Formats: sequence, C-alpha cells, structure tokens
Amino acid sequence: MEKVTTHTGIGVPLRRSNVDTDQIIPAVYLKRVTRTGFEDGLFAAWRNDPEFVLNHPVYSQGSVLVAGPDFGTGSSREHAVWALQNYGFKVVISSRFADIFRGNSGKAGLLAAQVDEKVVQRLWDLLESDPGAAVTVDLESRTVRAGEGEDAIEDSFDIDDYTRWRLLEGLDDIGITLGHDADISTFEADRPSWKPLTIRA
Amino acid sequence: MGRTLSEKVWDEHVVRSTAGEPDLLYIDLHLLHEVTSPQAFDGLRLAGRRVRRPDLTLATEDHNVPTLDWDKPIADPVSRTQVETLRRNAEEFGVRLHPLGDLDQGIVHVVGPQLGLTQPGMTIVCGDSHTSTHGAFGAIAFGIGTSEVEHVLATQTLMQARPKTMAVTINGSLPDGVTAKDMVLNLIAHTGTGGGQGYIVEYRGQAIEELSMESRMTVCNMSIEWGAKAGLIAPDQTTFDYIEGRPEAPTGADWDAAVEHWTSLRTDDDATYDAEIVLDASTMTPFVTWGTNPGQGVPLGASVPHPDDFEEASDRVAAQKALDYMALVAGTPMREVSVDTVFIGSCTNGRIEDLRLAAEIIEGRTVAPDTRLLVVPGSVRVRLQAEDEGLDVVFKEAGAEWRGAGCSMCLGMNPDTLAPGERSASTSNRNFEGRQGKGGRTHLVSIPVAAATAVRGTLSSPADLD
Ligand code: SF4
Repeated sequence: MEKVTTHTGIGVPLRRSNVDTDQIIPAVYLKRVTRTGFEDGLFAAWRNDPEFVLNHPVYSQGSVLVAGPDFGTGSSREHAVWALQNYGFKVVISSRFADIFRGNSGKAGLLAAQVDEKVVQRLWDLLESDPGAAVTVDLESRTVRAGEGEDAIEDSFDIDDYTRWRLLEGLDDIGITLGHDADISTFEADRPSWKPLTIRA
Repeated sequence: MGRTLSEKVWDEHVVRSTAGEPDLLYIDLHLLHEVTSPQAFDGLRLAGRRVRRPDLTLATEDHNVPTLDWDKPIADPVSRTQVETLRRNAEEFGVRLHPLGDLDQGIVHVVGPQLGLTQPGMTIVCGDSHTSTHGAFGAIAFGIGTSEVEHVLATQTLMQARPKTMAVTINGSLPDGVTAKDMVLNLIAHTGTGGGQGYIVEYRGQAIEELSMESRMTVCNMSIEWGAKAGLIAPDQTTFDYIEGRPEAPTGADWDAAVEHWTSLRTDDDATYDAEIVLDASTMTPFVTWGTNPGQGVPLGASVPHPDDFEEASDRVAAQKALDYMALVAGTPMREVSVDTVFIGSCTNGRIEDLRLAAEIIEGRTVAPDTRLLVVPGSVRVRLQAEDEGLDVVFKEAGAEWRGAGCSMCLGMNPDTLAPGERSASTSNRNFEGRQGKGGRTHLVSIPVAAATAVRGTLSSPADLD
C-alpha cells in the first residue's frame, strides 16, 4: 500500500448528511470483479443533476471531500471507497463516519478524517465562497488546514492510532497478521470440537 | 466484576491482544457471496496465498441471481460474470458453494441459520452489512469490507478494536398484530441512524425473550440500520430448539457439551453496559417509514411529518430532501399513501414464518388492481417449504407473483427493480434513495402491513381490511 503522509488538494463541499453507500455507488455498479473503474458509478444518481457539486468544473478536479455527519452508512460495500479513490479523492472529511466505511477506508488507503461539526461548516463556507480553494490534511500532525489570513482554518482531526500508523508506514494488515501465525495456530488447537465445520473431514 | 454477553463471546475469540493495537479476533464462520468477494480472491492469488480454513467458510449466490428462469444461464452478462467468478474461486480455493439451482442456495443470512451453521457464542463475518442477523443466536456477527474478506480468507482472523457495549431493553409484550419489524423500526426512529455507532448491542427484556427465532433475526438484522457494530440476543431454549436437528448442528455428546457452554452465555447480574436504552413494547403500533433512511419512520396511524417538526437544523434539511425525493406532502395521513409495488422478501422478512403470516392475511383476498405484489422467498428451502404448505397457491390466487430465492428487489441488482418514480411498500431493510431501482421510492413495512397494503393499494394494516 502507498504511504499516506500529507495531502493538499481542491476541497469539494458536499452539503449532505447521512450519505449512505447506496448514494456513493448504487448497487448496479457493483458487478465488476476488479478494483478499478468504479468512478463512473460515484454518486451516480446525483450526477444527473447539473447543479450537483461535482458537475461544477472547478470542483470536478477535487481530491478532498467535505461531507456532513454519518457519511458512509448502510451497505458494507468497499466499492464505495474504491469509487471515491478511482475518481481521485484521497481524503474524506466528515464529523461522523459509519464504522464499516471508516474501516474500509483505512484498509484501502483513503484517509477518513473526523473533525468537529463546526469545522465542516467552516470548510463548506470557505469552499463555496472560494471555489477551488485547497485543503491540506496532515496525517503526521493530525491537522486540517485551509484558507488564508483572518479566515484561515486550522484544526485537528481524529483517526485511531493504529490506522494512522499503518497509513503512515504504508503497511498491509494481512502481512502483519501472518507474522502472528504461531499465535493463530495455538488458538486453533484449543477450539472445542463441537464448533461447526462447513466441510467435514 | 461481571461481564456482558458480548464481552464473554469477544474474550473467547481473542488470539492476541496488545496495548495500542486492535485485538486479533478469531473468526468461527466466514460467509461469502458473489458481490464482495472477487477482489478478495484476486488479492490472495496475487500474493500467492491460500484460504487458511476452507472448512470454516461457506459461499452462496444471492445478490445478482434472477428470481425467474433461475434454471437458465443468467441473462445479464455482467451479473453472470460475477457469479461465474465466485464459482471459479470456490473451485480453485476449495470453498463449499451453494450455487443457483442448489437446494441450499439463498440469501446468505437465511442459509447460515437454516443449515444450523449459525450457533451461539460464535464470531461470524461476511462481506455484507446484514451479517448482524446471526446475532439472534447469541453470536457476534458483523459485516466487513472486501479488504477484510481477504484478511479473513488468508488468516481466519480480523484486527478489531473492542467496541463499547449497549443494552436495548424492551419490556412488556408486543400487542397483537405488531411484529419484530415494527419493534426495530420504532427503535431506529428513536435512536436515529447513527445512534448505535461504536456499540455492540444486546437486545433483552421480556418482549425480546417472547420472540421466535425468526423474529429475533429480524430485529438483529436491522442493527446496522442504526449504526451498531453488531446486535445480539442471549441464547435460550428457543434458540436451542431452533438449532437442534439441523444439518450442521452438533449431535450426541457434542450437542450436550455445546448446550452446556451456550447456557453460560448470559450477561452476569453485576455486569454493566456503557449505555442503555429502555423501550416498552406494549405501546408499540405498526410502524412505517416516510423518508429515505430507516430512522425516518412514524406509526402507520400518523401523518407525514413537516420538516419544521424537527429540532435540529440538519434534520429539517434532511426531512425536506426526503419529502422531495419521496414526493410526499407533509400532513398527509400515511394510510392515504398509495403504492405501486409491494415486496415481500429479503434477509429481514423472507423466512417461512414471514410467508406464513403474509399468506394468512392474503388468503381469500385479492391484490388491488393497480398494485403488484412480489413474493420472494429467502432461500430455496423456504420456497419449497412454502410450496409444501400451499402458500404459493394462496399468493398466486390473490394475484401475486411467486418467485425464486434471492435478494431480488431488496437492492435491485437483478431484474427485479422499481421504475423511476414508482412507490413500494417493502419488507426489506433500506429505504435509501434508489435502493430498489433508480428513482424508486421505498416505504419500509412489516409483513402484516405489506400484505394488507397489497390488498388495499394504500399503506394499511390488517385491521383496515374488515
Ligand atoms: S436481502 Fe437485501 S439486505 Fe439482505 S443480503 Fe440481500 S441485498 Fe443485503
């Protein structure tokens, strides 16, 4: 996995709460068997609307999505994370993420930065009054920055220590776990015999 | 100090625990389906890895499969590729698969319990958020993403931070005609879609104990709709009776040992939860959603709310957006909302008990002229059982469509979808924008409401039929 440290890119204000994964990518787009090409399904229903934020030429180049609370609820589809990444997003900022979405982001290398609801509001205001403004997200110091002068925004964001470390190091979870193979085998040796098997010896 | 049920089950599965790191948790059962597994198998192939425990893994085909002509090759080439990819992967990696046409094919969360593979005290995962269903047996069961599917395939473990614990205590008894589905829709309207965030929830109290196994599954199924990591119910005699004699249930001395252990899986009297919600079942009524998330619900006897009814500004905006999408006018009685399609099925309400209840209400009546009723059993075995009991005849005589097993119109990955602007009453679990087809409008309802709605053509309960 690629290391993630600091990212600066155009911020996209998505003024919506409860953006579920069916909105991020509808089920009909989930039929591919690869990890790429899902950008066509990203926010598919909303992209028909000419007023939708990503249809604005300036925002269409964005890489930092700023969304309302409860982002990524619903289906476990990691395709939602891939669709955001395939489109070009590196970071999603929200005041609250659904658990599975947050987990999937960490695994796939999309930075899910949780900030205070007020920070989301201020970012929205800034990005709407100055379309194309850049947002910087620094994983090392856990800070998000945007704007200049009096209106500059600088605040901290939350991400759990373990995910932060893995992203900074670009480490793959499976590799780490396989390092504990002996522990897994010891555990397996003690499992009760009545636990069900799908294939019997 | 005592421990809660979920803490006991969690502790039993910790392979490795280190400060500052998530626990490494052993997984007892890994369920797979065609949509969230192809990229995981690809990952294994690329890294030259094998499936560590094929004997703890089970795959079935459900999301994409057609519910008509299921004995013919799948017409949609993209769906067919995905299903065929699962077949190839199962073959290559030695995973047991119940494909379309097999007696044990069906929605993955219906198949696991039906085979007796879902048992108390287990850890169960699947690349599907409604894995929470299996919690009804006293298992810790939750949905995972595809990277995690690959992790479990390769290691039979997952890295997981220990969630907080919550009790949802539901006292009293449900009134007649009010079901587990109404109970959980009530709960979600109470908590909002994010209320369970970060918690493993234990449902308890008299109303929960009185539920059948299948109804308990309905409640646990929708745990994810209020954001909970997982939802579970302490196993009891109802649980044991359901499991005993199923194909993969323990037998003989193993059965006795298992029951002895399962009986210990109860929250200790002196254990504490991080949070608790208390509700009273005896005041609950049939509940339906009016908006575009499962938390936007009201009693069937109420009216479509006005955005100004909400305190929070963000809720007012969300309500307005939902009303626009749903094409509903605030103040309209829910009972006056007419629907085009009624969908009975899904992992929430597609089991035999659900079909029996629906048939009981529909028997001798007919589906309203401008309404379509689609009945989709959750698994092949549910379909065959229903046909054995003549339920299919009841449905067909009333003018309903009787289909093959699968997810179907729950998410519209197969040809069963709503047309743009079409309105449904659905026994499934999600009313998100476009969930049942682009532009489709979904009202989540219980089985009795679905059946009565099909007969009257407007949102109704069986009491409205006389
Ligand atoms: S029936 Fe619906 S919710 Fe259940 S597994 Fe299938 S698509 Fe998911």
